[in-house]
Amino acid sequence: MTAAIELRKINKSFGAVHANKNIDLVVGKGSIHGIIGENGAGKSTLMSILYGFYNADSGDIIVDGQKVTIADSKAAISLGIGMVHQHFMLVDTFSVLENIILGAEDGTLLSGGSDKARKELARLDADYGLKVDPDALIEDLPVGLQQRVEILKALYRGAEVLILDEPTGVLTPAEADHLFRILEVLRNQGKTVLLITHKLREIMAITDTVSVMRRGEIVATRKTSETSMEELAELMVGRRVLLTVDKGTAAPGAPVLKVENLTVTDARGVTVVKNVSFEVRAGEIVGIAGVSGNGQSELLETLAGIRHPKSGTVTIGGEVLDLAHHPVDAAGMRAKSVGHVPEDRHRMGLVTSFAEYENAILGYHDDPAYSKGPFLNLAAIKEAAKGEIAKYDIRPPNPMLKTANFSGGNQQKIVLAREIERDPSVLLIGQPTRGVDIGAIEFIHKRIVELRDAGKAILLVSVELDEIRSMSDRVLVMFDGRIVGERLPSASEGEIGLLMAGVDDARTAKL
Amino acid sequence: MFETLILILDSTVRLSTPLLLACLAGLYSERSGVVDIGLEGKMLGAAFGAACVAYLTANAWLGLAAGISVAIGLSLIHGFASITNRGNQIVSGVAINFLAAGLTALLGQAWFGQGGRTPSLPDGGRFREITLPFADSVASVPVLGPIYSGLLSGHNILVYGAFLAVPFTWWVLFRTRFGLRLRAVGENPAAVDTAGISVTFLRYRAVIICGVLCGMAGAYLAIAQSSGFIKDMTAGKGFIALAALIFAKWKPVNAMFACLLFGFLDAVAIRLQGQSIPGVGEVPVQVFQALPYVLTVILLAGFIGKAIPPKASGIPYLKERT
Repeated sequence: MTAAIELRKINKSFGAVHANKNIDLVVGKGSIHGIIGENGAGKSTLMSILYGFYNADSGDIIVDGQKVTIADSKAAISLGIGMVHQHFMLVDTFSVLENIILGAEDGTLLSGGSDKARKELARLDADYGLKVDPDALIEDLPVGLQQRVEILKALYRGAEVLILDEPTGVLTPAEADHLFRILEVLRNQGKTVLLITHKLREIMAITDTVSVMRRGEIVATRKTSETSMEELAELMVGRRVLLTVDKGTAAPGAPVLKVENLTVTDARGVTVVKNVSFEVRAGEIVGIAGVSGNGQSELLETLAGIRHPKSGTVTIGGEVLDLAHHPVDAAGMRAKSVGHVPEDRHRMGLVTSFAEYENAILGYHDDPAYSKGPFLNLAAIKEAAKGEIAKYDIRPPNPMLKTANFSGGNQQKIVLAREIERDPSVLLIGQPTRGVDIGAIEFIHKRIVELRDAGKAILLVSVELDEIRSMSDRVLVMFDGRIVGERLPSASEGEIGLLMAGVDDARTAKL
Repeated sequence: MFETLILILDSTVRLSTPLLLACLAGLYSERSGVVDIGLEGKMLGAAFGAACVAYLTANAWLGLAAGISVAIGLSLIHGFASITNRGNQIVSGVAINFLAAGLTALLGQAWFGQGGRTPSLPDGGRFREITLPFADSVASVPVLGPIYSGLLSGHNILVYGAFLAVPFTWWVLFRTRFGLRLRAVGENPAAVDTAGISVTFLRYRAVIICGVLCGMAGAYLAIAQSSGFIKDMTAGKGFIALAALIFAKWKPVNAMFACLLFGFLDAVAIRLQGQSIPGVGEVPVQVFQALPYVLTVILLAGFIGKAIPPKASGIPYLKERT
């Protein structure tokens, strides 16, 4: 097999951080080559060098046997390298067609280029089955289709090598499967695909070859058929990791959180949670599965006191709350012993420009333990922060460091530590491991199970079906604001997947 | 009555012209993602430059060129601060306003000693009204005659230029490669960068165009509408143009109507100066002068729907370090 791309001794530093160290990589033509590594391992930097976004400090890039310099994206494009970025590089207010031709307009006026692009899009649809309406506005398209536009953009520019950076992060399982089918078609037509991901399953499912990166270096390259998830995980982290959650059977007690006929509308008046009822007992983890945007976020926020429902009651430890008529705010819910790990830690969980110790008491700053009259008791706060850092293995162990400078996994641990250490009787957890590396995932999962075993009621919302199935004692599936079914975590992925797609129990029964 | 209306509309056109030029200037800049609160200062600087050169050379065209050069110079300062050095665009724009206000008054006094004014322009230093063909002969035709000869004919070249710039700007924005890239860079500069296009060069071109149009606006004030520069003669027009731009949702044809509306209010204000309105009595002229601002606030408060600026406007572009 000839090499489409070869990298030799690539080095790149940002200040003191050596992001890429002596990278050697050979990518075979017509193959799907995976690059796996934890967040911050240097995968994205390496691909940005290949796409001309950054320039390497030293090393050679060989494309099709020719040594080349890729000074900017334009050079990369002309060498037939296309990239689908993790955050799409699309103009939301433009049509698909305008996005496709941007930078490849073919002349001063748009008319000629547009006509050509229309024909070319029809051809790409015929060749690869990539259908998309050229006149649709990007902002009206679901993310799966937006990603398809990104792929089309690259192909329109004549890409022979396609780099995809964490392409499934924003996709539903079905959309991800569809993407993989497209990638297979591309490979079978002779294109080369470089897939960057931190998800082991994807690597195993789709790639021919895989290279593992750790701390800026490529530590191994394997044929996918000759390796295993366990081996790759160990290579990524540098030690053995448990991929499955090690937990005993639950011993649920009395219901602690009880939700009855809860209905929530959003700011636009759309009903997002529809007449939802369930309960979570002490000592059990109830997982809510569902494709993102089916009301789980709103449900979680309502229970946390951030949103107020339209109707329904919530019972916490025997106290019945009529939240529609007597709303309780977030501080009030916390006072009722409800802890909340928000889904989006950057938007709701942390103030990233604050130091770690300040975030460690965010929302609990009124606690007498942390105050002296109207002033903060900084000594006590730092002491508590240090304790959490030690207990949760937060790295680097410096409470004075700005929170933005911690990795995703460590940021998540800061939030988790803050909420768990208040010893809540109910813990609401949203997306506990989004953007978190494998080592930290293992730790976080272990903590949550410990909390369950300590007799707390835990409500877990996650879009990662694997996580729901391995963590939960019972699984509720939400679709279109309703709970459409309850399953045991041992139910098959396909069965839960059908519920997630809105095929509910009644309809399944009819079929 | 009809004649009064023609007169008011005629002065509406004259008063809208500098607003329209400045508004289109702001449109190019903001569509590229560079917020420009310094329109006022650029106009003022351009007015001064145009008046000085037109006075010295007795040539209106050289005056216009000088005005445009001054405005481009100020635009490049704004560009250097906000594009190259990624500074705060509001601060830079405000600085340009102060710089222009102070420098024109200072230099005007130092050079001409007339309290910041420039001397009255000689013949040839001023853009003259152009009479369109047959304007005189059709003037007596009922209705259409006065509209043609009184309203459409008899403006100077910059007025026609400003109104022709509207369809031209629309065409540039929506039918050319440059326009596509300009709109894209104001919405998502990273998309432009990854498409292999220089964000910096694109934004510099936008602010230069902004300078050209501001230059025309300033020159119009000093050497077409008036005959010379007067201290602070822009009198907030740059800010009204900015309001018109928001009001117009950053679209060229809307911008024209917004500027005409503000020009109309101005024309009515001048017309009603010192006159008493039946049933109300004499209305202080300040009421009308305040109307454009009041109108902007009211309309922006909900009557025109949400005015969504280009997404990246005001945000310096920095390649993200991942």
